[in-house]
Amino acid sequence: MSKVSVAVNGKEITADVEDRTLLVHFLRDVADLTATNIGCETTSCGACTVLLDGESVKSCTVLALQADGRQVTTLEGLAGPDGSMSPVQRAFHRNHGLQCGYCTPGFVMAITSLLAENPQPTEAEVRAGLEGNICRCTGYHNIVKAALAAASEAAQ
Amino acid sequence: MIPASFTYHRASSVDEALSMAAQLGEDAKFLAGGHSLLPMMKLRFAVPTDLIDVGRITELSYIRDEGTYLAIGALTRHHEVTTSPLLATQVPLLAHAAGQVGDPQIRHRGTIGGSVAHADAASDLPAVLLALDATFVIQGADGARSVPVGEFFKSIFETALQPGELLTEIQVPKPAVPSAWSFQKFTKRAIDWAIVGVAVQLSPGGATPRTPRGTPDGEESVSGVLSPGGATPRTPRGTPDGEESVSGVQGAHVALINMGLTPLRASATEAALASGAPVADAAALAAEGTSPGSDLHASAAFRAHLARVLVRRALQEAGGR
Repeated sequence: MSKVSVAVNGKEITADVEDRTLLVHFLRDVADLTATNIGCETTSCGACTVLLDGESVKSCTVLALQADGRQVTTLEGLAGPDGSMSPVQRAFHRNHGLQCGYCTPGFVMAITSLLAENPQPTEAEVRAGLEGNICRCTGYHNIVKAALAAASEAAQ
Repeated sequence: MIPASFTYHRASSVDEALSMAAQLGEDAKFLAGGHSLLPMMKLRFAVPTDLIDVGRITELSYIRDEGTYLAIGALTRHHEVTTSPLLATQVPLLAHAAGQVGDPQIRHRGTIGGSVAHADAASDLPAVLLALDATFVIQGADGARSVPVGEFFKSIFETALQPGELLTEIQVPKPAVPSAWSFQKFTKRAIDWAIVGVAVQLSPGGATPRTPRGTPDGEESVSGVLSPGGATPRTPRGTPDGEESVSGVQGAHVALINMGLTPLRASATEAALASGAPVADAAALAAEGTSPGSDLHASAAFRAHLARVLVRRALQEAGGR
């Protein structure tokens, strides 16, 4: 067991956990933030994507201890204090960027990271930037549309 | 899926990492980005008793111009390699290939040194570094030593690294013509491992890239053992120009991904190019001397076919840039 302290969505969460605890389990079971879904658990599907110090990572392949002392942002951390959605969340809503919704938190976080690195991506860059996320409903078209809409909203 | 139990240790310097490794013994493993090791631990292919997290040793994250070569710290992440302006100009093959590893999330965590030390034959960067004649700097209890890429990869998941040793730097000689490169990877989905891949770096004029010298222990690498094939191109310039031959193929370095237990040089192709063979004829020899496996993705025969096709495409692309 080791003590782990992670700033999750700006709030310090400290707990004693087994050394092998994965970040995704820390977020869901310790921080009690369940928007981050567990999909494949093999670094393939991207459902568990969160931001670690602002960059997208798959939280099933990061130890909680590797995030010790660092900043993590989950889907719950995107909306403003008044509940207003982030530009990416709003774009998903307006463009119907989801079907069953299981992959959605991971896509929203991956796109948030993508736009932070490349605020005005082309459609091809969005598609390449989302290679790490799988939508099993195959609803990619509106997800890509939402990403481009969020980028264009930010530009205005 | 979670890994079997282990004890986690965090090192804040190379010296601390080495002393932890010496103390913890052979069942301890270094953890860098964790994107090769943690998946294997989940599957119980690796069951270390202790992990020494070297991921926060910032002194090992850098890309430096050292004149004749570029020095890349082992803990430099793929994301940093692929977005480095220095590498984009000096070694675009490496910058591009690092951007083809996995997906953006993986590239935010995975490191060049981790990928090299893990030594999966299906991995992209070991073959790219083979094509580029890289040298690896290794630190151990007895100091530092340098190993040329041709002597580093011993078998699948097996390298020249001894227990307790840490890969600290990758040295990449500057190609004479940086733009004469190609990277081809055949996958079913973008994030999959290569079924077969090819990295090509041409050196027009026959100037073979040199392995950097003056590495910490002063022990010079033995030239001539850099590539498994050992074929040193030495065709004189000005060979009557076959319409299909690419100018500069004299110094072609052609490395194959997933065509054996280690990354391999396509030595028959390189030798054919060196003696003036047209690209198509040379590429037809790409699978000579390789030993690809068969699995659910592809048979050995199909892999050999892919190697021939991808090498032809790669030579054409590299020659045309």
